[in-house]
Amino acid sequence: MMLKSLTLLAALTLAPAAHAIEYRSVVPAQSRIGFEFTQMGVKIPGHFKRFTAQMAFDPAKPESAQATLEIDLASIDAGSPEADEESAGKLWFNRTAFPRARFVSSRVRALGNNRFELSGTLTLKGRSRPLTIPVRYVPGKDIAFFDGSFVLKRLDFGIGEGMWADVETVANEVTVKFRIAATGK
Amino acid sequence: MIQRYTVPAVVLHWLIAGLIFVAFPLGVYMSDLPLSPTRLQLYSYHKWIGISVLLLAGLRVVWRLTHRPPALPGDLPRWQRAASHAVHGLLYLLLLAVPLTGWLMSSAKGFQTVWFGVLPLPDLVEKNRELGDALGSAHQWLNYLLLALVILHVAAALKHHFFERQPFLQRMGLGK
Repeated sequence: MMLKSLTLLAALTLAPAAHAIEYRSVVPAQSRIGFEFTQMGVKIPGHFKRFTAQMAFDPAKPESAQATLEIDLASIDAGSPEADEESAGKLWFNRTAFPRARFVSSRVRALGNNRFELSGTLTLKGRSRPLTIPVRYVPGKDIAFFDGSFVLKRLDFGIGEGMWADVETVANEVTVKFRIAATGK
Repeated sequence: MIQRYTVPAVVLHWLIAGLIFVAFPLGVYMSDLPLSPTRLQLYSYHKWIGISVLLLAGLRVVWRLTHRPPALPGDLPRWQRAASHAVHGLLYLLLLAVPLTGWLMSSAKGFQTVWFGVLPLPDLVEKNRELGDALGSAHQWLNYLLLALVILHVAAALKHHFFERQPFLQRMGLGK
C-alpha cells in the first residue's frame, strides 16, 4: 500500500518532467527579426542582426510562458546604407538616447492548434505601448520555433517625425516578421 | 509633296522626347539631394517616367521595324546619310538601354520599381551592392551619351531645316 502510493506519487511528479521540455534558450543563429516598410508604394525588407531574448515556454503550460526581447537598434539593415544611417537620427530612432527596443510579455493565451496570443509591452524611443502578437509554435526535435508577424504603426512610437511624419511617402504601417528558435537546454 | 513619318511614329517621338526632357534634369537634380521625403518622391517620379519611356520606346522600335521612315533627301551626302543612320540606330538603342539600366540598378540596390506606385515590376537582378554601383555608372554614362546624341540629332535637324531649307521639321509632324 505504502509502496504503491510512493510509486504513484513518483509517477505523478516525475512523469511530466520526463517527456515535457521547457524551451528556455534562444538560438540567435536560427532566429530572425525582420520587418517590411513601404516607401512610395515600394515594399522594402529589413531586419535586425543583434538582439537578446529570454524566454520560458512549456508546451504543457503555455499560459505561464514568458518572453523578454531586446533589440540592438544599431544592428539594423533597413535596405540600404543610406537608410541605416538615417534611421539613427533624432527623427527616427534617436539611437543615442534610445539604443534599444524592448518587448516584455505579460500574458499568453492559447488559441489551440499550436497558436498563441502573446500580450505585452513594446518600448521604443521612450514610448511604451501595449502589443498583442500572434505566435505559432512549431515543435521540433531539439529545437522549437516561434513564428509570427504583426503590423506596427511607426507613428505610435514617434518613428519618423517632422518631415517624415507624412505617411504618403513612408507608410505608417510596418510589418514585423519574426522567427525565434529555442532549445530546452 | 512633303514626306512625313506616320502619325504613331510622330506621336511617340514627341511623347518620348517630352518625357526625357523631364526625366533627365530630374535625375541630375535628385541624385545630389540629401535623404528626405522630397528626394524619395522625385526618385519615384523619375522611375515612373523612365519605365514609361521604356514602354513607349519599345512600341516605337516595333513600329520603326514594321514601317518605313520617309526617305532622306536624294542630294544628301553619303557620309551624312551614314551618320544619320548611325545616330538614329544608337538613339533607339539608348531609349531602351537608359531606362533598362535604371530599372536594373534600382533592383540591384534593393529597391523594387513600382510603376506609378501601383504596378510592381519584377526585379531582374538580385540585390548586390557592386552590381548596383556598376549599373549606376552605366546609367550615368549612357545618359551622357544620350544627351550628346540628342544635341547632335537636334542640331542636324535644325541645320537641314533652316540652313539648307529642307522640310526636316515637317518630317516629324511640325508645320505644313
